[in-house]
Amino acid sequence: MKVRIDVDACVGAGQCVLAAPDVFDQRDEDGMVVLLLETPPPALEAAAEHAALLCPALAIAVDR
Amino acid sequence: MSETTVGARPDLAGFPTARDPRCPFDPPAEYTELRAQEGTASLSCPVGVEARVVSRYDDVRAMLSNPQLSSHAAPSTHVVAGGQLDRPVSPGSLLHMDGPDHARLRRLLTPEFTVKRIQAMRPYIQRLVDDHVDALLAQTGPVDLVSEFALPIPSLVICELLGVDYADRDRFQRQTAVLIATNSDPAALEQANLEVVGFMTQLVLGKLAAPGDDLLGRLIVRARESGQELSVEELVTLGITLLIAGHETTANMIGLSTLALLRQPDQLEALRADPGLAGTAVDEMLRYLSIVQFGVLRQATGDVTVGDETVKAGEWLVAVLSAGNRDESVFPDPDRIDLRREATAHLAFGYGIHQCLGQQLARVELQEVFARLHQRIPTLRLAVPFEEVEFKDDALVYGVKALPVTWDRAGEDAR
Ligand code: HEM
Ligand code: SF4
Repeated sequence: MKVRIDVDACVGAGQCVLAAPDVFDQRDEDGMVVLLLETPPPALEAAAEHAALLCPALAIAVDR
Repeated sequence: MSETTVGARPDLAGFPTARDPRCPFDPPAEYTELRAQEGTASLSCPVGVEARVVSRYDDVRAMLSNPQLSSHAAPSTHVVAGGQLDRPVSPGSLLHMDGPDHARLRRLLTPEFTVKRIQAMRPYIQRLVDDHVDALLAQTGPVDLVSEFALPIPSLVICELLGVDYADRDRFQRQTAVLIATNSDPAALEQANLEVVGFMTQLVLGKLAAPGDDLLGRLIVRARESGQELSVEELVTLGITLLIAGHETTANMIGLSTLALLRQPDQLEALRADPGLAGTAVDEMLRYLSIVQFGVLRQATGDVTVGDETVKAGEWLVAVLSAGNRDESVFPDPDRIDLRREATAHLAFGYGIHQCLGQQLARVELQEVFARLHQRIPTLRLAVPFEEVEFKDDALVYGVKALPVTWDRAGEDAR
């Protein structure tokens, strides 16, 4: 699985960090999303997909 | 929420509002019918325009993530008779801004609401909740949980966030309580409104002169350093927005969810037995109660498609969050409270670029209340018959007007 983020679209709602804290973080200086793992291990794939579903700004894409 | 919330009393002729008294937690039955129909219904709104009522989960998400729908009118103006739909957006009024202007302002604020930053406030919030439980336990019931617990906690959290001096917090809390009470008379409301604006202006001027290590102080510095200096007016509007958006909502969630849980002893027992359940419980109760009860209003700035329909430029749309949150295609058995349900994808905080900025803060406040209140007062119960509890059927944010509760004195404190 490959995860992509669109920082320009992010509105810093933090849903991704709650859903998949090992895959996403937020920058301290502006609260925008940071991708920690571009290719999450299988154990984290479901959480990453859930984060993509939750993101209110459609800023996360997941390619299988 | 801001601007129109303060003192506005909606008149709902023509808009579905009648809840079933047997279950006042369920949205009006009309929405279930609207969800099942094809397309969207057009309803005439108390404000005097027709609006498309969007009630299915997927359609609500599609609508609220569409950049061609403008937020310029306040989110609940459709239900405010005499409300102004074309009022110019005041600078700093985040909820009403669109596009790049909205993004710029939201980004200046976002670092204050990250998951990490809010987690750092958790110990303060825990102490605050414990102190208020102590204060309840120091009395002999019945006590009104709304005025003694649900209202003060979020108000004090906002004081902490904004960096209000301790000495001023009592006054701040009294004024904000008047703003929210459904029985305040217009003169008292007007007075409290002026006082809160005056209070916020003083606070902002103080922070501009000496920015401290709090939200407003850091925001002022951050804006200056990035060449986007904020005016006094913008800062005051932002402060009031945070107050209005964060106080009334969280307070009503505390009161209403406590009542709903008291009516579901099996769920409450599960929560008491395992306070770790508070995490999922909070999102499930947000979904189930959807307190922004009339949804959020948008206007099309171009021809757009919502669901399978074309909406013409200039048309109004209402995303009924409560209806989407009971969509059985997304939440099986939607009218049941299941504190173990994975409900984070609910719509109670909205969706799209305006999705609640304070949601992590609201979650932490509610989690600490859920985990502590019932643990420490396991015999908490309603002190009046359920039928006597009054609901805020005509307020923009749903809740209970008062919640008289009591408990057994013996063996009560499990701190
Ligand atoms: C249970 C509590 C809460 C609920 C149900 C709630 C609900 C909402 C909803 C539905 C919106 C979107 C409005 C729209 O789309 O037009 C919103 C936006 C907002 N909320 Fe909350 N909220 C809560 C708590 C808070 C708290 C604690 C704060 C901060 C102290 C806060 C600050 C905001 C702000 C600033 C916005 C505007 C965001 C923007 O326009 O970009 N809210 N809230
Ligand atoms: S959920 Fe989306 S909008 Fe929110 S922080 Fe993550 S990427 Fe940004």
